[in-house]
Amino acid sequence: MITKEAPAAAPAPAPADPAPPRRPKKRPAWDEVPRWQIYLPLGVYLVFTLVPFYWILLFALRPAGSASLVPWPMTFDHFEKVWNDRAFGTFFQNSVLVGVATLLMTTLVALAGGYALARFDFKVKRVFMLALLCSQFVPGALLLVPLFEIFAELQMINSLGSVIIAETVFQLPLSIILISNFIKNVPYSLEEAAWVDGCGRFRAFRVVVLPLLRPGLIAVGSFAFVHSWNHFLFALMFLNNQSKQTIPVGLNSLMSADSVDLGALAAGGIVAAVPVVIVFAFIQKWLITGFSAGAVKG
Amino acid sequence: MAQAAAGAKPPAPPRRRRASATPRRLPYLLIGPAALLMLGFIAYPVISVFYYSLQEYNPTKPWRNGFAGLDNFVRIFTEDPVFWDTLVFSAKWVFVEVGLQLLFGLALALIVNQTFVGRGIGRAMVFSPWAVSGVLTSAIWVLLYNSQTGITRYLADMGIGSYGTSWLSDTSTVFSAAVVADLWRGVPFFAILILADLQSVSKDLYEAAEVDGASRVKQFWHITLPHLKDAIILSTLLRAVWEFNNVDLLYTLTGGGPAGETTTLPLYIANTSVDAHDFGYASALTTVAFVILLFCSIVYLRLSKFGGENK
Repeated sequence: MITKEAPAAAPAPAPADPAPPRRPKKRPAWDEVPRWQIYLPLGVYLVFTLVPFYWILLFALRPAGSASLVPWPMTFDHFEKVWNDRAFGTFFQNSVLVGVATLLMTTLVALAGGYALARFDFKVKRVFMLALLCSQFVPGALLLVPLFEIFAELQMINSLGSVIIAETVFQLPLSIILISNFIKNVPYSLEEAAWVDGCGRFRAFRVVVLPLLRPGLIAVGSFAFVHSWNHFLFALMFLNNQSKQTIPVGLNSLMSADSVDLGALAAGGIVAAVPVVIVFAFIQKWLITGFSAGAVKG
Repeated sequence: MAQAAAGAKPPAPPRRRRASATPRRLPYLLIGPAALLMLGFIAYPVISVFYYSLQEYNPTKPWRNGFAGLDNFVRIFTEDPVFWDTLVFSAKWVFVEVGLQLLFGLALALIVNQTFVGRGIGRAMVFSPWAVSGVLTSAIWVLLYNSQTGITRYLADMGIGSYGTSWLSDTSTVFSAAVVADLWRGVPFFAILILADLQSVSKDLYEAAEVDGASRVKQFWHITLPHLKDAIILSTLLRAVWEFNNVDLLYTLTGGGPAGETTTLPLYIANTSVDAHDFGYASALTTVAFVILLFCSIVYLRLSKFGGENK
């Protein structure tokens, strides 16, 4: 509400306008949001949010056995240990592979499905929509046993492919719904105009629609990446060879060891957090516009 | 609605689709990959869970495998006190988590929707735990709750509480400790979705309300909240299902303990199938969980009148 003066000032250069624009009454003083009502709760909440982050950073950077509340003298021993001795270097590679592959597969498959839902009427459309909604209620964790058997049948146990497929499948329903809503927001007439200009359907989609979908695709893609980066049970179940495992599984084994090495655990946690926090910092803005464009409509 | 429109308008001329040579087959080609993946890796496993629920199926005791009729279900409802315990705990967990997450998430979204200095960085920091995994959340809170080196020790230094307390191994504190850890990660989810929906509230409504001299509190009750209603209903439902199903955090933070105090139904199922290899019984439990979930969702959508009034 800082811009209160702006609407009144903007129409001023139009002298021909006889009726002055409707101007909101001045807010009574008791109704202004005082700054402290913003900063105080936000500050309290930030303490709650940031102390845990600080805590893990502290444990990762201070030498083992230190009880200091500042990470000084600083050491990177824990990182070296986790990265090399505890194979987090390998886990990291695997997690990146799974994350990127899931992102690409989810986005591509959901883009095709979402386009069909947004632009065509076809026989099984209602059934397909219903299946998408129902699958939201299917708990992936409860399907572990049959999924394990399927992947065993396909000879895919211990290959990252199994995790990539499982993650993609459980990301798909929401992604398709979101993307079809994004596409519905792009007027069909834009595409039709491109056809008249001689574009094929695919080219028209690529040139006209795709650029407009950017915020939505960023939201859906990053969602898929972050989820598959974080998800734990599929990797735990389907990959039992250490060279194939992902970061959450590595973290879990650090935690469930008999005597937990807190420094190593903290350093492993930082390794797990850094990529998603960086991704998140970049996409945060698009996430909000993306969801507000596509989320809960129809 | 559709009929009224059709009656009012002259029949539309058949649309020419010059660019789409085979539009009849195209939609099926487009949903093909998604449909195949979901049939193979969601529908088929679901059906096989239903099938196994009627079987005695345990790879470690193969001589007993075979058709069991409704035996598994009878066992669930009459002989298994753990099932009822975990069901009650699941309900409590979902209810408390979703309620508190919604409350804090809504408050947070309203705050960071204001215009103030440092909003961008404030939003980024407040939302950041959203991206953190259940396992990592556990790791962080294990460090915080550790009795020797955790935050309790420093609080005890300041005279709050006593030394050597471990909130995760005491049955009287473990629930609150787990709730706080999951809140830390769950609140941003609601805050992000609600903030997104706040962007689409028409500014005109607020201006009109201001002209009428409506206070901020009134504006919130009469404009903001009704606008957010559908988003809130849908996100609480999705979150409740997710909180019910997701076992990452409790599995790694408490392992369902101490003494089974924090075991949800899905965690019990995971333990039954992974540790005890009792797949038949686990499948029956899954079927029951699935039915409960579906039933509660339908009741919730009915009661909350989702999408009513304005649509």
